[in-house]
Amino acid sequence: MSTEDLRFTKEHEWVRIEGAKAVFGLSDYAQRELGDITFIELPPIGKQVAHFEAYSTVESVKAANDVYAPLSGEVIAVNSVLENAPEKINQSPYDEGWICRIRVADPGETADLMDAAQYEEYTQGLKS
Amino acid sequence: MELIFERSRPGRPGAAVAHNDVQMDVEVDPRYLRSSDADLPCVSEPEVVRHFTNLSKRNFGVDSHFYPLGSCTMKYNPKFTERIASDEHFAAIHPLQPQLPKGPMLVQGCLEVIVNLQEALCEIAGMDAFTTHPMAGAHGELTGIMMIAAYHRHKDRPKKTVIIPDSGHGTNPATAAIAGYDVVTVPSDRDGCMDFEKFKAALSDETAAVMLTCPNTLGVFEPRIREIADLTHEAGGLMYYDGANLNAILGKARPGDLGFDVVHINLHKTFATPHGGGGPGAGPVGVRKHLEPFLPISRIRKRQDGTFALDYDQPLSIGYVSPFYGNFAVLLKAYAYIRLMGREGLTAVAENAVLNAAYLRARLREHYDEACASDTLHEFVLSASRQAGRRVHAIDIAKGLIDHGMHPPTVYFPLNVKEAMMIEPTETETRETLDAFAEAMIALAKLAEEDPETFHDLPRTTPVGRLDEVRAARQMDVCAPSL
Repeated sequence: MSTEDLRFTKEHEWVRIEGAKAVFGLSDYAQRELGDITFIELPPIGKQVAHFEAYSTVESVKAANDVYAPLSGEVIAVNSVLENAPEKINQSPYDEGWICRIRVADPGETADLMDAAQYEEYTQGLKS
Repeated sequence: MELIFERSRPGRPGAAVAHNDVQMDVEVDPRYLRSSDADLPCVSEPEVVRHFTNLSKRNFGVDSHFYPLGSCTMKYNPKFTERIASDEHFAAIHPLQPQLPKGPMLVQGCLEVIVNLQEALCEIAGMDAFTTHPMAGAHGELTGIMMIAAYHRHKDRPKKTVIIPDSGHGTNPATAAIAGYDVVTVPSDRDGCMDFEKFKAALSDETAAVMLTCPNTLGVFEPRIREIADLTHEAGGLMYYDGANLNAILGKARPGDLGFDVVHINLHKTFATPHGGGGPGAGPVGVRKHLEPFLPISRIRKRQDGTFALDYDQPLSIGYVSPFYGNFAVLLKAYAYIRLMGREGLTAVAENAVLNAAYLRARLREHYDEACASDTLHEFVLSASRQAGRRVHAIDIAKGLIDHGMHPPTVYFPLNVKEAMMIEPTETETRETLDAFAEAMIALAKLAEEDPETFHDLPRTTPVGRLDEVRAARQMDVCAPSL
C-alpha cells in the first residue's frame, strides 16, 4: 500500500483525503512502537473530532495511548472489524487497519500535516 | 497443576454442614431461590489444604524474592505489624460498634490510633489535616481531586483543566477525568521534569490543579518545583502531590513545604504495609488548612477531656468515600511501623533507599543505556535500546530475570523512555542482594550480545514458561475448557 497520498501528524496518525471526506489510521511506525495492539476504542458515528485533539484510545501489550485527529470533522464511518481484530492495525496499518472516516470540516488544516517524505524524515530523527 | 474443580468428585464433602433445625416460616420469593445446586467443588479437607498450600508455593512475593518493581516501593513488610493488627483487642471490634449509642467510647483506642497516625502523616508530609478513609492510592487521588473541585466550586471559580506531565502515573489523568476535568498533558524534558515553558503555556485561570510526583517517574527531583507551585497558585490553581515516590524524601523534604496543597500517601508503599493481594491498601489524603472543610466524613474530633468522637457535621465535606473508617488494620500497621522507625528511622529509610538505587545504577550504567544523565533518588530507569538492536527487548530481560529468581523491574513505563526498565530496590535489601541483582542484569546483557535467540523462550524455571501476552489481552476468557 503506497503512502504517497497520505498526510501524517507528529503523533503518528495518517489521513487520506477523499474529496470532502477523509480516512484516519495509525502509521506503520506507530504500530511498531506500540507492539501488539490489543484494543482500539472506535469513536461513535456522529462524533465531532477536532484537529490535533484526542478522539480515541489505543491499547497494546505495552501501553495505552491517545489517538489524535489529524483533521476536524464528523465521524461518518468506523472500521468495526477492529473491534474483534485490532491486530489488523499491526498487519495492515494503511489499508485494512483504517480506524474511521470523517466528513472534513476545514480542508485548510491539511497545511499543518506532513507528507510521506517529511514524515519519513521525522521518524528517522526520532530513532537517534 | 489441577484446578480445584478438577479434583472434585461428586459426593466427597469437605465440610460437615450442620442440620438445619430452625423453623423457617418465611416466604421467599421463588425468583430468589436456586433452581440448581451451587457449582462448588466436592473435595475433602486434606485435598483443599494441599491444593492451596501448593498454590501458595508458586507465589512470588517480597517474602520469597527480591522485588525491584519501580514506583511500587516493594519493601519488606515487617511481621511485628501483623502481630499487632491481629491482636483481638483491635481485630475483634465490629465496624458498626462506634455507631451504637455511646459507641465511640467503646473504641477509643482505635480512634486514637487513627488520630495519632493522621498527626504523624501531617508532620511527615507538611500538611494540616489528613483523612484515612481512602483504600488505595488511586482512591486517595480521586478523593483529593474531588476536594479540589469542591474547593473551587465553593470559591465560585470555574475551573476546567488539570495539568499532568506525560511521565505521570496513569491513574493521574484517569482521576482528573473522572472528577470531570479535561487533562492537559505537558511533555517532559530529558530528565523527566516538566518542560517549564510548555507548562507555563498550559497554565491558565482555568487550571484547577497540577498533579505531580516528586521525585518524578525517572527518580529526578523536580528542580523548579517552587516556581511551578507559585505560578499555579497565582493562577488560582492548587498543587496535588502523588505520594507514590515519597519514600525518596522521607524526613528530607515535605510536600507541604514544597508548595503542595493536597497529598496522597500509599501506606502500602512508603509505610511497609502489604500490597494488593497481601493488602488491602490504604491511600490517606492530607490537605493544607484551606482544604480541611472539604475532607470526607467521618472526621475524628478530640474532645477537651482527651476522648475522641466521630464528627459527621461537616457541611462542606465531599461526603463519604468509603464504608466505615478506611482499612483500619492497614492504618494500624502503618502507625506501628512509623512508631517503631521514629524520625531518625524514617530519614534513614530515604537515605538507604536512595543509596541502594544509586549503587545499582552505578553498577549497571555501562551495561544498559540510561534514561537520563541527572542524579536520581530512590529509583532509576534504564533502557534496553542497545539490546533491542539485537532483538532482545525489555520484556525479554524481564523474563530472563525471573530465571535468576528475581522479580523484573517495571517495564515499558514511563512511556517517554523507549524499552524502559524502572528499578526501585528499596531500603530493605542487603548489599548481597543488590549485587546478585546487578550480576544477573549484567549476565543478561552479556547473553543479549552472545546469544540473543535464547531469550525468546525464557523463563524456563517457572511452572509455566513464556506466556502469550497478546492472546491473553485479546481473548479475555479465563474459564477452563472443561467447565
